[in-house]
Amino acid sequence: MSGPEVHHLFHRPIADHSFSADRKILAVAKDSAVELYGKVAGAFKLKDELKGHDKTITGVDIAPNSGRIVTCSQDRNALVWEPSSTGYKPTLVLLRIARAATFVRWSPSETKFAVGSGDRVIAVCYFEEENDWWVSKHLKKPIRSTITTVSWHPNGVLLAAGSTDAHARVFSSFIKGVDARPDPSVWGERLPFNTVCGEFMNNSAGITVVYPTAPEQPPRAVISINTQLLPFMSLIWSSESEIVAAGYDCEAFRFQGDASGWQLSGTLESKGRPGLGDAREESALNMFKQMDLKGKAKDDTQLKTVHQNTISTVREYESNDGNVTQFSSKS
Amino acid sequence: MSQSLRPYLKCVRSSVTAALCLANFASQTSERHNVPEVEAQSSPEVLLNPLVIARNENERVLIEPSVNSVRISIKIKQADEIENILVHKFTRFLTQRAEAFFILRRKPVKGYDISFLITNFHTEEMLKHKLVDFIIQFMEEVDKEISEMKLFLNARARFVAESFLTPFD
Repeated sequence: MSGPEVHHLFHRPIADHSFSADRKILAVAKDSAVELYGKVAGAFKLKDELKGHDKTITGVDIAPNSGRIVTCSQDRNALVWEPSSTGYKPTLVLLRIARAATFVRWSPSETKFAVGSGDRVIAVCYFEEENDWWVSKHLKKPIRSTITTVSWHPNGVLLAAGSTDAHARVFSSFIKGVDARPDPSVWGERLPFNTVCGEFMNNSAGITVVYPTAPEQPPRAVISINTQLLPFMSLIWSSESEIVAAGYDCEAFRFQGDASGWQLSGTLESKGRPGLGDAREESALNMFKQMDLKGKAKDDTQLKTVHQNTISTVREYESNDGNVTQFSSKS
Repeated sequence: MSQSLRPYLKCVRSSVTAALCLANFASQTSERHNVPEVEAQSSPEVLLNPLVIARNENERVLIEPSVNSVRISIKIKQADEIENILVHKFTRFLTQRAEAFFILRRKPVKGYDISFLITNFHTEEMLKHKLVDFIIQFMEEVDKEISEMKLFLNARARFVAESFLTPFD
């Protein structure tokens, strides 16, 4: 992998981001608006701004095929932005939650999306033709805490969710009339809505990998990887045997392994980013100048990593043959 | 820096670094609110175990982490009454200007002299490692400052007493 492409957009925290399928459009959550950037000659230029929420936006996702954008925010709402010739048109989603929405992702089929919330529910939303309205069904049991992240199974029915009570759960979000009946898998054969297919607890400071066997059976292997690093915020499977995780250490780490064991195989970053010449030969004059200006001889403000602050999301950017070859991360 | 201060500060630095893993987290109890959980104390699951690091009985740091905020309270060394007064005046001076001093808590936690409240908004806006540096530097400097003030005060008291007593000589 070549070095990272760094695009500096603005000096504000980015809660979430999403690339369109052709990687020409980048949607970035900035406070209570979503900014759309278009790629022009290798640089991202601000194209459009989607304003509709009145609190911090916590999630944004672009559907790869239809180009619809879904956003959710701490004002308890989610909006679906339909692309049209005159710009994006927002539609409010009937979420029926009373606390902040925390996370949103389209299902692979793009007919549904899941919104995690602080109301101890996951709202699975789908479009109801007769009412011309996005409605939701709630996954309630046995969630007892704020949902921080959700992720879809490729079949568009199974949904994994992580929450602040240190549990990861796998649910079925099968909705009659929207989904085709899924093929039986290790998670179960008949999957009515709100079936809990798995519940796993992570009580270590690293990551836990679970290999399921069959429905109602204990998993084949549960592997916890403990690290000396600070907690991770986000992770992706880059292939069947590799995970890329990033978080409070401001850099991405690679984990490799299989059912017999996993280990941390190192950081993705080559230390010493360009333009940050380490330990230049200091002249005495320069040293005293620094002492006078800043009260110290050495400037240690910049970290040696590409990201200077916590990485909040890692997402797949480009993949071929099921292997992620590039990914994007933000802080 | 004295030999016993170094491990103390090192311990505080690594504990604060680990505690400053904050994320934006909206309230679970009231809608459309986003408050520092360490202040609200609304739910035990988002609060982490508080930690006291003590160098001796008069010098200690309390770190109370939570999902979106950390409260760091410092007890500054006070050996005698003069230092007591000096510390009180000094922290009062700072806390009265808390607005301009983003991470300062307006009222210290009971039993401590000065408290900082760092929320996820601070760590997002400012560099996390520099926030840690600041706390450590503050702890380093404050002792020095107080003992300097004490020396100055004693020198001045001696000078005043001398000039007062000269006519009686």
